[in-house]
Amino acid sequence: MSDHKINPNNWIDLYSDYLFNYSISRVNDHAIAQDLISETFLAGLKSMKNFKGEASERTWLISILKRKIIDHYRKKNSKKGKAEVRMAYNSSENEGDWLEERVADPFDKTAEDNIENTELGFAINNCLEKLPEKQAKVFEMKTILNYETETICNELDITASNLWVIIHRARTAMAGCLEKNWF
Amino acid sequence: MMMNKIMMDCEKAHTVCDKSQYKEATVWEKIKLKFHLIFCKICKKYTANNTKLTKLIKSNSVFTPLPKDAKEKIKSNFKKELAKLND
Ligand SMILES: [Zn+2]
Repeated sequence: MSDHKINPNNWIDLYSDYLFNYSISRVNDHAIAQDLISETFLAGLKSMKNFKGEASERTWLISILKRKIIDHYRKKNSKKGKAEVRMAYNSSENEGDWLEERVADPFDKTAEDNIENTELGFAINNCLEKLPEKQAKVFEMKTILNYETETICNELDITASNLWVIIHRARTAMAGCLEKNWF
Repeated sequence: MMMNKIMMDCEKAHTVCDKSQYKEATVWEKIKLKFHLIFCKICKKYTANNTKLTKLIKSNSVFTPLPKDAKEKIKSNFKKELAKLND
């Protein structure tokens, strides 16, 4: 396995679209998704010394983002939980006890449901995550963002025939990854 | 000979198939691909899967690029932190 290097200078250009969609598919809110990825980049910057080069930058940033998403649901659910408890105590004390128990562990159902969803968007994201970094980037620019071949070649400094080789590998891997559940 | 002109190897067939997923194959390339697929089961299977993949991605319209202004905001915030780090 090759060692992965870390270079924060290009993070936003390279990964922000990807991270944005990853978080949107999980939190379903543009503004929150933007906050989450902004926090992710800053957290990545702070913990750069923990980057060991075992995973790609992208995978590493995704793992930070995942934690941010879980934290987000934790906060959201504990707020909701407290409100529910307060309401319940106002109406009846016994019922309140019961509700208190029910919401005592707020981080369970909703977060799990939102994160471990098997919808197509998630499946595509997950398969994309398994690709080598460059394949994922080229595939995403070409197939999902619909960039022109020329634009991609210029931006990534590759030739058109390079691009088609990368696209071929990516498409084969993506088809193989999605085949089982979606074809 | 006509036959030589219309023949295409599997590698080329894959490339043409990929290009046609993005509407970047020429008419002539597509004709040659069709011809190749008559004889080649492997490429036929690849083409079927490749087309399914295209449909699948298209049906998932969820993907939205990060809005430009949001990206710039995130970038400028990030650059500030990055500059602090380099000091
Ligand atoms: Zn063939």
